[in-house]
Amino acid sequence: MKTLSDLRAIKEKARKEMAAREQSAKYRVVVAMGTCGIAAGARAVMSAILDEINKRNIADTIVTQTGCLGYCDQEPLVQVAQADKETITYGKVTPEIARRIVVDHIAGDRIVSDHVFMQT
Amino acid sequence: MRELSLHILDVVTNSIEAAATRIIVFIEESIKHNYFRIRIRDDGRGMSEEMVKTVTDPFVTTRRTRKVGMGLPLLKQLAEACNGNLTITSAIGKGSEICVTMQHDHWNRPPLGDMAETVVNLIVGAPDIHFLYRHSTDAGHFTFDSIWFQARMAERNCTPYQLIGPAKEMIKQQLLQIEAGS
Repeated sequence: MKTLSDLRAIKEKARKEMAAREQSAKYRVVVAMGTCGIAAGARAVMSAILDEINKRNIADTIVTQTGCLGYCDQEPLVQVAQADKETITYGKVTPEIARRIVVDHIAGDRIVSDHVFMQT
Repeated sequence: MRELSLHILDVVTNSIEAAATRIIVFIEESIKHNYFRIRIRDDGRGMSEEMVKTVTDPFVTTRRTRKVGMGLPLLKQLAEACNGNLTITSAIGKGSEICVTMQHDHWNRPPLGDMAETVVNLIVGAPDIHFLYRHSTDAGHFTFDSIWFQARMAERNCTPYQLIGPAKEMIKQQLLQIEAGS
């Protein structure tokens, strides 16, 4: 059984580690999880991304979620951002395409060009 | 949406967008008393009385409040189709609580769906937020705290991704034990 101060220490340590991970992350993946995204299958897309990242032991990537991006007809949307580079937004992402994004774009540095919806 | 767990993911995403630091999802279901209740409470920025009145109407929602959008109207419609209701309690600066009650054996009530996936994806995707998921049934109750996740990460010195499988499995087993979503 852990005490309250143990838990606080764990939380603090986790927060620091997350901040460090955030700092050193090469890629930042954002899955749009508004009502539109969720209804179109964003949860399964996110799970596929997380699973593929785990399988390949990728540590320098952060995966987060956000709300509606304003392109509901293109959902599920996945953004891959990299410092000093254009942000790539993939549209109509299926779990299969999501795995390709991890394998090609994140692990291989090659944009999955046939599923890009927007570059900003 | 086909699963209640997807609606829950949707409402919690509102809480995250409202800058919550602590989110509690409390599901109470009883076959004996024939109800299924979902409560989601956050400490986000909250809503004014005026906004509380209008968030469940998709046609009143303005672009400025767009992040609320269709989620709550859909959930309200669903609750009412299941002989139940949706209530919102909120105060600016204090947070919001959404409470949905449905008739457990109503033919319109969607199944609970994959709560393990909803909870674990939220914890991994929003690591700064303290999540508490509590589920009670006629057979018992269980609680999953995002601190568990952080404690394991610290102990094993691993990435959050490595814990997804074990965490999902644990939640599934616990839900099975209390006969949740049956």
